[in-house]
Amino acid sequence: MLFNEPSPLETKVLTRRFGLPNSASIDTYLATEGYQGFLKAAKMKPEEIIEQVKISNLRGRGGAGFPTGMKWGFVPRTSPKPKYIVVNADESEPGTCKDRVLMENDPHQLIEGVLIAGLSVDAHAGYIYIRGEYRYLIEIMDKALAEAYEKGWLGKNIQGTGFDFDLYTHTGAGAYECGEESALLESLEGKRGIPRIRPPFPAVAGAFQCPTILNNVETFCAVPAILRDGGAAFAALGIPKAGGTKMTCLTGHINKPGVYELKLGFPVKQMIEEVGGGIRNGKKLKAFIPGGSSCPVLTAAELEGANMDYDSMAARKTMLGSGGVIIMDEDTCMVKAALRIMRFYAHESCGWCIPCREGTTWLKKILTRFHDGQGTRNDINLIGDISKNMLGRTFCPLGDAAAMPTISIVEKFRSEFEDHLNGKPCPYEHSGSMVTV
Amino acid sequence: MTFSAQLEAKFDKLLKSYPPGRQRSAMIPMLLYAQDEIGQITDELVNEVATRVGVTPLQVNEVLSYYSMLHTKPLGKYHVQVCTNISCLLHDGDKLYEHACKKLGIGHKEVAADGQFSVEEVECMGACSWAPAIQVNYDFHHYVTPEKLDQLLDGLRKKQ
Repeated sequence: MLFNEPSPLETKVLTRRFGLPNSASIDTYLATEGYQGFLKAAKMKPEEIIEQVKISNLRGRGGAGFPTGMKWGFVPRTSPKPKYIVVNADESEPGTCKDRVLMENDPHQLIEGVLIAGLSVDAHAGYIYIRGEYRYLIEIMDKALAEAYEKGWLGKNIQGTGFDFDLYTHTGAGAYECGEESALLESLEGKRGIPRIRPPFPAVAGAFQCPTILNNVETFCAVPAILRDGGAAFAALGIPKAGGTKMTCLTGHINKPGVYELKLGFPVKQMIEEVGGGIRNGKKLKAFIPGGSSCPVLTAAELEGANMDYDSMAARKTMLGSGGVIIMDEDTCMVKAALRIMRFYAHESCGWCIPCREGTTWLKKILTRFHDGQGTRNDINLIGDISKNMLGRTFCPLGDAAAMPTISIVEKFRSEFEDHLNGKPCPYEHSGSMVTV
Repeated sequence: MTFSAQLEAKFDKLLKSYPPGRQRSAMIPMLLYAQDEIGQITDELVNEVATRVGVTPLQVNEVLSYYSMLHTKPLGKYHVQVCTNISCLLHDGDKLYEHACKKLGIGHKEVAADGQFSVEEVECMGACSWAPAIQVNYDFHHYVTPEKLDQLLDGLRKKQ
């Protein structure tokens, strides 16, 4: 099932089968070049597979943007320990809903990507860690896995290649933190999702303390096309140092919200105006978050000449992140936005690192009273100071994820904080304070 | 404890999905799937899962308190989860949540007197481009308005 009309400006690589009849079935997959990348890879040496992924300039699509080929290259292939492939399908960064459509519409593409990763490091088992709320996707993936076993694309001696691989789904049970790779691995082992101290990285000691490739759903989904058509063809779609397309979720105050597959380097303005149909109700853009709520916000002026890619966003001191674009129009209260984002991170902090646990909780309290009109001028600096004191002082990026948008909102929308200093509830709306979890 | 044949089959499959000696990995899925069947996580279930995966009940309790979908108290037959996170908020998800509370006469994580409904304000559920979104049990509903929510809840009430 599709949720939005595709845009003619999309570049369909990962979404090429979307809209075909029974796009999720193995028959449709096989009839449309499915598993051809795997068959090609099965005839290659592992280092040749990794070389193609390196040539493709594929970078991790979960948010961090780390070069995928390099990550795979870190796995000690000749280690006597078993190796594992783990798929991060714990999609939960606010603003992000792309892995959902990839698994729903083309589950075999994900399976093929995992198989190719398995070939590249001599792994024979893998797990797809799917967030608990995505129960219907676990059912879709389980059905696809059963089809793949039945038709000999999983299990022993796959298609006579001599390669064995078993793949399983694993459900989460409600925890944003488990989208962080080391917390996910803890959760996969039946523990609380608390991040591990690194090094060692998952490539060396991942699932069950064995060498592991761990990537986002979208990253694995890009791999079949890379092996099928060659890494260079994928690289050519994007920009130097970042190949291919990015699944981009348009959310918030936009006329045509939806998930679109756009070439890396797609101009932001064209994305908003032509793909997204412009800001809702003819309003002006106030704030733009490029890739999930953990990214620093940009103002309309900062979007001048910006493109949807890693470098263009880094130049503006933000991140491409997960591709979860959040668009806020001129009527949005930025104090309320900062508060809602902080409430989320306070709720999801695992409590392991004190700067994150205490910082998010205090920031939530201060922002709540500030939005209610009970703040003081001193609070504005305090919000910024507490956030800056969290940066880089936690084992995992959740502390930074909470601090970065907050710092940017205080710096770029300071006047809105001052507007809240009149002792009355939020001047931007009539409904008063927000409900509190 | 005895479970349905389907759930037992699921448990068997889960316990075989992980490397030898790593059956603890099955704990969280087993708790969630069992909760779906019996309605909540009871002490009896904790002991049962602990025995099956080879850990102490304390180790199960320690884990289950971490995960927001694992509940030690019963939920309503229909658990209405309204997202108010940023992308849904921009589409009045907070007002939708208030509307759901008012309509059902209950607040966050409360269960209606007849046990039919419970409500929860939840964090991002991955439906950001189709906001505001809610989940009733595991079913997603997108582009929800107060009117649509009323229809949905009235329909479920009649179905009882």
